[in-house]
Amino acid sequence: MIYLQLFLAFLRVGFFSFGGGMAALPLIEKEVVDTYHWLSNGEFLELVTLSELTPGPIGINSATFTGFKVVGIWGSLVATLAFCLPSIFLVSLIFRSLSYFEENVWVQHFLRGLRPVVIALIGVAAYSLAQKGIKDWFAIMLGIIVFTLVYQKKINPILLLLLSGVAGLIWYGS
Amino acid sequence: MLPLIKQEIVEKKKVLTDEEFIEGLSVAQSLPGAIAINTACFVGRKVRGIAGTLVSVLGASLPSFLIILFIASFFLQYRHLEVVQNFFRGATPAIVALIIGAVVDIGKSALDDWGDLIIAFILFFITLFFNLHPLWIVLIGGMLGVLRRK
Repeated sequence: MIYLQLFLAFLRVGFFSFGGGMAALPLIEKEVVDTYHWLSNGEFLELVTLSELTPGPIGINSATFTGFKVVGIWGSLVATLAFCLPSIFLVSLIFRSLSYFEENVWVQHFLRGLRPVVIALIGVAAYSLAQKGIKDWFAIMLGIIVFTLVYQKKINPILLLLLSGVAGLIWYGS
Repeated sequence: MLPLIKQEIVEKKKVLTDEEFIEGLSVAQSLPGAIAINTACFVGRKVRGIAGTLVSVLGASLPSFLIILFIASFFLQYRHLEVVQNFFRGATPAIVALIIGAVVDIGKSALDDWGDLIIAFILFFITLFFNLHPLWIVLIGGMLGVLRRK
């Protein structure tokens, strides 16, 4: 039963995650935190951070992580496979009629309609993570500093993520 | 990541031409799922049919799978430690900052279409207020895209 739930949850994630990893976060959160309670709020935040620090798509990372936490290696396999299945299915489906897919106005209008969806979903991800993880003025300050350094000074985001973690280590630890 | 895929597929192994790669990429980006996985499906299919797809997907997902499996097996045991928690408390605001940056970037690219921005705001608020499953937002947005341009 748990395997079936994992499979269906990540099948839904794979089928509806348009527009990259950040836009997929609300979808993943809905399944693994809200619906099935496989991860706590804190664990979900940690998963997002770990995904950002490691290579690879967040969909794969979250499927592997959640599957492992819930039932172990077999859970990881089932969830990760479920996440990849829609890609395999859809590419196989449209492969023979690529030009039809690219020129069909309904498909193109549908895809064009997803631009505001992606903006909204990334916004939801930011709101939800902020609500869960930013709880004091030190965190607010760190967020503002990182935002400024990434977008004004173009400093490497991964480096800043690590430094921000170290700042937390020092501030909250003392 | 994409330059890496291109280097491997087009320049080193020469399994696709530049044009085929660009076409595949545009399809991979418009389909749901991870772009790396979609690209792998496309390239594999082009080279060896369905079997090629399966092998490519395995290759594209295995490294992340193993890395996360490795991390998760330690992390879930030690995440309760205070040092670990403090690190993540510090890292979270940085993650939020990066995500807000992404919203700003994509929002800017949508400035040429006010309809898009208004729809984005509405979808944002209804997702939060009604606690909707995001898959409905995807379907509603796609339908609106069709209706607006019919």
